[in-house]
Amino acid sequence: MNQFGYTISNDRQIDYDTRDKRFITAVLVAEPSLKGCIGCGTCSATCSTGHFTDFNIRLLHTLVQRGEIMKVKQELRHCMFCGKCQLVCPRGVNLRNLILTIHRIMEQLG
Amino acid sequence: MGNKVIVIGGGIAGLTAASTLAGCGVEVVLLEKEEQTGGHVARWDRLFPTLRPAHEVLEKISGSNLARVKIHVNTHIKRIIRNDGQYLIECEERSNLAADAIILATGYELFEAGRKEEYGYGIYDNVITSADLEDMFRAGKGITNMTGKIPARIGLVHCVGSRDEKVGNMYCSKICCVTGVKQAIELRQALPQAEVFSFYMDLRMFDRGFEELYFEAQQKWGVHFIRGRVSECAENQDYSVIVKTEDTLTGRPLKITVDLLVLLVGFVPSSETNRIAGMLGLPVGQDRFLLTTDEHTADNSTILPGVFLTGSLKGPSGIVNTIADARATAIQVIQFLEKIKHV
Repeated sequence: MNQFGYTISNDRQIDYDTRDKRFITAVLVAEPSLKGCIGCGTCSATCSTGHFTDFNIRLLHTLVQRGEIMKVKQELRHCMFCGKCQLVCPRGVNLRNLILTIHRIMEQLG
Repeated sequence: MGNKVIVIGGGIAGLTAASTLAGCGVEVVLLEKEEQTGGHVARWDRLFPTLRPAHEVLEKISGSNLARVKIHVNTHIKRIIRNDGQYLIECEERSNLAADAIILATGYELFEAGRKEEYGYGIYDNVITSADLEDMFRAGKGITNMTGKIPARIGLVHCVGSRDEKVGNMYCSKICCVTGVKQAIELRQALPQAEVFSFYMDLRMFDRGFEELYFEAQQKWGVHFIRGRVSECAENQDYSVIVKTEDTLTGRPLKITVDLLVLLVGFVPSSETNRIAGMLGLPVGQDRFLLTTDEHTADNSTILPGVFLTGSLKGPSGIVNTIADARATAIQVIQFLEKIKHV
């Protein structure tokens, strides 16, 4: 068969119409302090893991908010629970509990 | 008129309110605890967004009508007593003063930068505040860091002491954003060889001419804007400073070494504001700034008849708004004096 050089690209938009809201809803109920995040990046700036791996705790919980669960799953296991992120957060997000909460809810929702 | 008004605080708010009242024929006494009037503006070199000299504004405020205001400097208030519809002010240095109305214009102080220990103010030599930088601009002896070096790289950190629950200040101090942009431009003007980096969460260019100044900083002066809040700093052996942030737009942690780091400190109510509010039992908000009886329609009056508030003791405010507010306060006071005259 002739190849005409056409490919079909996957849609990479974040789709707010079809996003899985169960996950973020459960996370926010368990750890409502996340609602106050302003994405300033102080947590990820101080994060020891983030300096040596692709782990980005700021991006992680932004992905949670957007319902991008598959990406979250790959990221989670990097966290070492040192808690520095929580020490510097200007909005008082309880980041350690957030990570634990995400773990727990992932297991619950499968 | 026979009525007397006492203005407490001789920054631009108090000076404007006093001179406006004097211009309307009201007898006004202004009390200032420092040696000189002028408040914070007297410490500033040039003003945003036009970079005009700050002293020009003070000179304009100090024009004609202020000559009719009796100004007492070096005056410390001991007590304020309400007595038969009048206010009696006891001062340490002079006999008691009586007034039909008082205007509180005791303003703000800059956030104590040392409280953000992770930024190293007071620990690292080359970490200074925006006010320290203004001192340098005003002195006019050029910009050097504390080791005498002409800085090749300078960082400006936004939101120091503002929007930060860790220091108990959830509010935005409003004017540090544009101050940072102004100072970045001034640094590039003073040191054309230097690179200037601004670390920000949001740049709140809310007022006339601010966004244009931001655009000018990018286009004309090549200021580098990095979107990330600084998490911590460290000092090198040569006293340069390592700054850590996340470059949130690429999603990667970022470090940069600078020769001078400027902390853009926010507003807190002045200790005199807190003291006098306590003395009079005036309510304060969660942000510890003073509350008026209605934040929209009565933004100068208090729960005490005859006690008025003006300027930045009600929250962070720039010069334009402060002057407008002080004039509005003068009108409120005149209306009050008319009312008590007919009682």
